[in-house]
Amino acid sequence: MRSVIHFASAALALAALAFTAVPFAVAADKPDPVADAKAFKNFFTQKFPKVKLEDFVNGPYSMNEDMHRQWEEKEQFPPYEFSLDMGKEMFAKPFKNGKSYADCFPNKGIGIRQNYPYFDAGEGKVVTLELALNRCREANGEPVFSYVKDEMAALTAYMAFTSRGKPFDIKIPDDPRALEAYQNGKRYFYTRRGQLNFSCATCHVQTPGERIRAEVLAPALGILNAMPIYRSEWSGMGTISRRFTTCNSQIRGVPLNPQDDEYRDLEYYLSYVSNGLPISGPGARP
Amino acid sequence: MASTIRVRATSSGETTEVQALIQHPMDSGFVKDAKGEVIPPHFIQELTFEYDGKSVFVADWGAAVSKDPYVKFSFKGGKKGDDLKISWVDNKGATDTATAKIQ
Repeated sequence: MRSVIHFASAALALAALAFTAVPFAVAADKPDPVADAKAFKNFFTQKFPKVKLEDFVNGPYSMNEDMHRQWEEKEQFPPYEFSLDMGKEMFAKPFKNGKSYADCFPNKGIGIRQNYPYFDAGEGKVVTLELALNRCREANGEPVFSYVKDEMAALTAYMAFTSRGKPFDIKIPDDPRALEAYQNGKRYFYTRRGQLNFSCATCHVQTPGERIRAEVLAPALGILNAMPIYRSEWSGMGTISRRFTTCNSQIRGVPLNPQDDEYRDLEYYLSYVSNGLPISGPGARP
Repeated sequence: MASTIRVRATSSGETTEVQALIQHPMDSGFVKDAKGEVIPPHFIQELTFEYDGKSVFVADWGAAVSKDPYVKFSFKGGKKGDDLKISWVDNKGATDTATAKIQ
């Protein structure tokens, strides 16, 4: 008899739980990028109350005073200078058909870095700056560049340089596909993978400012604002594509191909939550 | 081609602080490329900074110096507006020279 009562009350409780849980679950499942971005910024500003919001774009160099001094010294004579000069030259040089990169971009490609990646309604996908640059080359009959370094890094370095100080201004249009791309990027960011079972967030949300071996981890907020970067570890320049693929192999996962849909969505999400923070690329990192 | 040397020299009256960045592969000869073939050694052997006809800084470099090396030093003397001459020679005999005005 007693067990019957127990069973009945348990069932009642379960029913009540299910009943009340349903509306909450629906509310939580509905993506809300505006609230996400606000919560994301709040998390970092509360975790690092001494760091000014616009300083987060300096990655590990924003994390403590010693690193900040190193960065100031480095910025006086930045190692990305050669790449930047090369990018400027390449950008101005016309293709064989007489057209140039300036013809592919709004405002002739100057000061527009903060608007990338954007959601392309025609294609129904996210278009990154790196992708747009290679598409521009293809459309003009030129061979495409590798996404990870050298020429691509030089071009994006120059385009970022002309946009320095402009706040990231990523828009999510009123289109269910755009919201889905954003949501996919967010999911990718928080999903654990690789033999080490790390998500992007494990390092860049949970433990920025801490060391992973000799490196100080960068906060995810503003992490793309400084791209492309000269990494002393790489002894060269790297693009966002390079950062994503090497991050994945460092956690002993199998990286995707640069500019796969997942990476495009990830860039969309990460850029969106850093909206309002200034472009500081090209950057230098240890 | 653009110069491989970037220099900034600033005088504080008594001393001049010099910073330089040089674009060079600095291959050690111990690294293999993607095909497994050894990348032949290619590095700067001598780096010289000259002021007023005298060498103020000479570096004998080898394979252990990293790619695109950066140097910072200061020397006594040096007047604003004067020239500072920088040159390097690598193990293949290639060379580059640049002149910077002390600021």
